[in-house]
Amino acid sequence: MIMNPILSIQNIRRDFKMGDETVHALRGVSFDIYPGEFVTIMGTSGSGKSTMLNILGCMDKPTSGEYILDGQHTEKLKRDALAKIRSKKLGFVFQSYNLLSRTTAIENVELPLLYNSSVSAAERHRRAIEALKMVGLESRMNHLPNQLSGGQQQRVAIARALVNDPVIILADEATGNLDTRTSYEIMMIFQELNRQGKTIAFVTHEPDIATFSGRTITLRDGLLKKDVKNENVQDAKAAFEALPPPETFEEE
Amino acid sequence: MNPLTLIKIALKALLRNRMRTFLSVLGIVIGVAAVIAMVAMGEGSRISIKEQMTAMGSNAIIIMPNRDRRGGVQMESNSELLEEADIIAIRENATYIDGVSPMMTVGGQAIVGNNNSPTTLSGISADYLKIRNYEIEDGVMFDDVTDRMSKVCVIGQTVVKNLFPEGDPIGKTIRYKNIPLKVIGTLKAKGSGDFGQDNDDVIFTPYQTVMRRFSATTNIRQIFANSIGEGYAEKATEEIMNILKERRGWTKPVDPFRIFTQEEMIQTITSTSDMISLVLTIIAGISLFVGGIGIMNIMYVSVTERTKEIGLRMAIGARGKDIMFQFLFESVIISLLGGIIGIALGIAASEIVKIAFNMPMSVSVTSVIVSFAVCFATGVFFGWYPARKASRLDPIEALRFE
Repeated sequence: MIMNPILSIQNIRRDFKMGDETVHALRGVSFDIYPGEFVTIMGTSGSGKSTMLNILGCMDKPTSGEYILDGQHTEKLKRDALAKIRSKKLGFVFQSYNLLSRTTAIENVELPLLYNSSVSAAERHRRAIEALKMVGLESRMNHLPNQLSGGQQQRVAIARALVNDPVIILADEATGNLDTRTSYEIMMIFQELNRQGKTIAFVTHEPDIATFSGRTITLRDGLLKKDVKNENVQDAKAAFEALPPPETFEEE
Repeated sequence: MNPLTLIKIALKALLRNRMRTFLSVLGIVIGVAAVIAMVAMGEGSRISIKEQMTAMGSNAIIIMPNRDRRGGVQMESNSELLEEADIIAIRENATYIDGVSPMMTVGGQAIVGNNNSPTTLSGISADYLKIRNYEIEDGVMFDDVTDRMSKVCVIGQTVVKNLFPEGDPIGKTIRYKNIPLKVIGTLKAKGSGDFGQDNDDVIFTPYQTVMRRFSATTNIRQIFANSIGEGYAEKATEEIMNILKERRGWTKPVDPFRIFTQEEMIQTITSTSDMISLVLTIIAGISLFVGGIGIMNIMYVSVTERTKEIGLRMAIGARGKDIMFQFLFESVIISLLGGIIGIALGIAASEIVKIAFNMPMSVSVTSVIVSFAVCFATGVFFGWYPARKASRLDPIEALRFE
């Protein structure tokens, strides 16, 4: 069976002008991601992985090259059209959660749907609860971010990324602010979502996080260095259970 | 995003910073309240002058000898006294004049039994009623010819109240400087003018009666006349002056009399009061403008403070205009809230001033509507740049902002 890729980038270049100098953040990168894949994008700082994620997330446009997301060319789109793509087709999970403070978990989750006028208030609420159930936080939906632990906040953020039923979830160092136990818990959620058919692109610089994914793309100096299938995917749940018991002062 | 949701988001953001919102609103409240009160003051004095004008008789003309004083010495060389013959000459010859009457006043107490009233006695001719818009309520007006020098009078309602508390004054006698005057008529109430005088506190008697029995003089201090209609004041003035000069064979370049028209006086008073209220309104407007700058300032702070929130909203699908309207709604809500409270406060202040200081105040519907519209415009105008700044942020940069 030949599947169409969910996203396809062809010879992407991205140059930044810094004064007189031009920085080549990406120097011609190509790869496809297919539905149901769990891909980690690895690289050291300066490798171009953040630039890549910004382009994949339709927040930045390549200097040259093609980016086809869900069958749609995005290179020539205007700001508003890109915003619409982000609203309908993408889900973001950030390193620092980026939840709105003094706003309840459920309201944070509802947020992306506010920018989609075809979703009614009742529908918005229903879908937000559903998304919170998927990350196991329906009992905390009326809590404010500062009443939640880091792991719980990130789970709210994952629910927010799920609520608009995106074609791909883009995670940017989503475990970067979390301790190992919590990181593994978050990876369990991502693995579970992937098992349910969600396509995930996960940017990280931690090699052990990459072992939970089915495929790893490594960037270096703006070029694709490696793109390997992971034959031996580690189960996050097993890894979590193998960890030594938590210290008493630790949260969660 | 639908406007209702945007309003909700804006309200939430405003409630999050209550103190800040309160202070921004306060700036607008003060500005709007000041504008409303100042306009009310201007409108009030304009209306009061207009009432004055109607009470006075809008076509009235007053003729007085020209008092030319230099160094405290009255120079009579450029002045002439008015006399009864002048009235007759004007009445017979003037074509732009509808009525003419002398005005001779005598100060004193009017006494009836145990009641007395410190009312000025005015010696006039029958035309005076029409010149000053008086009407007979009861009884009759004296006649210039048949009642010449008779000891009769016509009195206003205040005098009726003061001297005849049990009513029915017709046929009764008032003693004024020991001279008995028989009341033959009463005047309809006119109310008080806003310069403080009571138009109903009057006793009218034939001017010849005053000349012969009270002041023993033939000099007339003032002549009141009435032009035939609005807009004829100037022609009537010219005509009267010519008649008066001709009678005396006056050739000097300086006029021997001063003639005031009601129109001129109204114009002088209104233009001064208009000027004052314009200046006050401009000052109040400036304070509204400063309030607007306050909004702009706070919106800039708000946009900078929430850069990361803006970045997030954009990342999850907010378009530039969604962000723009979110912030624009915030500033418009601040300004409209300020407008509503300011209008209420301005009306309240106007009422308080009216009652406490007895000043004529009139809040016009136009000023309320205009204030409200100006507030809306202020919110949009001063919210525009901060909101546009927010809407043009680069989501990547904004998300990175700490």
